[in-house]
Amino acid sequence: MPEARVLTRHLGKPGLTTIAGYEKVGGYQALRQALRMGPEAIQAEVKASGLRGRGGAGFPTATKWSFLPRGVFPRYLCVNADESEPGCFKDRYLMEEFPHQLLEGVMIAAFALQVSHAFIYIRGEYRAQRELLEKAVAAAYQAGFAGNRILDQDWSCELIVHGGAGAYICGEETALLDSLEGRRGQPRLKPPFPAIKGLYGQPTVVNNVETLSNLPFIISEGGAKYAEIGTESSPGSRLFCVSGHVERPGNYEIAMGTTTFRELLEMAGGVWRGRKLKAFQPGGGSMQILGPQHLDVALDFKAVADAGSALGAGALVIMDETTCLVNVAMRLVDFYEHESCGKCVPCREGTYFERELMHRLEAGLATRAELATLADICANMDGRCFCPLGDTATWFVMSAFKMFPEEFERHCGAGHCPVRAGLEAAA
Amino acid sequence: MTETSGRAPEASTGLSPATRDRIRRSKELYPSARSAVLPALWAVQDELGYLSPEGLAEVASELNLVASEVEAVSTFYSMYFQHQPGRHLIQVCRNVSCGLRGADLLLSHLESSLGVEDGQTTPDGVFTLEGTVECLGSCGGGPMIQVDRYSYENLDFERADQLLDEIRARGSKSGGVARNA
Repeated sequence: MPEARVLTRHLGKPGLTTIAGYEKVGGYQALRQALRMGPEAIQAEVKASGLRGRGGAGFPTATKWSFLPRGVFPRYLCVNADESEPGCFKDRYLMEEFPHQLLEGVMIAAFALQVSHAFIYIRGEYRAQRELLEKAVAAAYQAGFAGNRILDQDWSCELIVHGGAGAYICGEETALLDSLEGRRGQPRLKPPFPAIKGLYGQPTVVNNVETLSNLPFIISEGGAKYAEIGTESSPGSRLFCVSGHVERPGNYEIAMGTTTFRELLEMAGGVWRGRKLKAFQPGGGSMQILGPQHLDVALDFKAVADAGSALGAGALVIMDETTCLVNVAMRLVDFYEHESCGKCVPCREGTYFERELMHRLEAGLATRAELATLADICANMDGRCFCPLGDTATWFVMSAFKMFPEEFERHCGAGHCPVRAGLEAAA
Repeated sequence: MTETSGRAPEASTGLSPATRDRIRRSKELYPSARSAVLPALWAVQDELGYLSPEGLAEVASELNLVASEVEAVSTFYSMYFQHQPGRHLIQVCRNVSCGLRGADLLLSHLESSLGVEDGQTTPDGVFTLEGTVECLGSCGGGPMIQVDRYSYENLDFERADQLLDEIRARGSKSGGVARNA
């Protein structure tokens, strides 16, 4: 069975957005247990679970935590709820359906790291979700799970929901910190890494919503039990967002490592309207394209990397046989151009010229020489930008060009989109 | 948590006492007052609908910053308005997942039903239409629009028109996270 139930184990139980409802399914028992265990034992349990970050990079959580310098206080925890990756809608779902599971995970991490403040940075577009979280946080304070002397222990920690205001780049952890400090959300040079100098120049951990939502299970059931789900290189379960040309788009929780893209696509009802699969993105808008030949690849960090892409933020975007990949690439390039923060030249200028060229190509106006220019621009951006935004602005375009060169070339000088024209002629 | 200086006497800038109070409470929430810039700007925009020069000045004075600095922060973020938008903001997500499910057609339809183009406000000031936005995180329900803070998913033309009629008739901000409009 590819399906797993960790994050969604309480799905369907009534009242989960209230503390009373969440406590009925055992909620906040893991926090009590964690407070009895102490910070080191919690960290050991997280290490045993093998949990890897769910924000996109897949970095081992316990290792990230271990970078905090000993004895330096105050320290901060920032929860990255800036979910903005195209194709990704899992953190939103976790916040809407299981807000207290997240808050419990946040407080477990906050105690393990001995922070004085935990901030949940939620994107501005999630205004309704921000208000839901603010309500849940107020209830958590009321119940003694946050604030002064939490559960009568000698430990206090403030829990603050912070709303962004529309900037994809603030999902990058150092840009998030600048934004939280009340500045323009532009990334910082690393090193120093946030663990050494983060928020207000103090040691800081930034973890994703889904990552922390796993902690109540890991503490109550044990890290070893979590690690049993999935494989050694990709332990645990993961929420995958399936969207695009599928029959039943949605969030699916599956065991990592053992499930294949084919199985996940079947869970989502297969390609819609009985059509054939043309291509898919395995990890959201930033990741390289894969084709039908990759359907039997397992949802495993390493296996997907070997196939030439990445699991990223866990978003499977399905494209059927009628899709024009030049059009999809143009759409994504528009997005990156709009969201480039302007700090570094390769990204700011590169995405601008990429956009100009992609619009000409999509309209069938570009020449073959311009197609070569596009490839040249992308090659000069990838690996040369200040942060990953500029690098990833080239990945879909270049991987689609490599996999479907003929489709890109057919657009050159055609005067229109040949894919759309072909469909119209056949209809 | 600490106040670093005394407060200047209040200027008359049009912000309500409730908004001023919200800004002050934000300031007290953070270890550094500057962290309250974004929440304070939200407080101003929630009251006025946009960031007026007076509102920016008041935020700056409350947080002991220079007004131009607060303005420089505000212009980085696409959700803060420099000018008064319509009473309701309609955002049409056209990113990859919604695009695959017909978001461009939905935007064109809304442009013709409302008689405005992407980025414009209807002459009666009720709706501002935005088709150049970030992915709105409703990829499983595309095509979708977000009106003010609420998402309406799996829309066809007819349902989108009905929805706008309803909002127009209600005349105020609506409630609920609607999964299916």
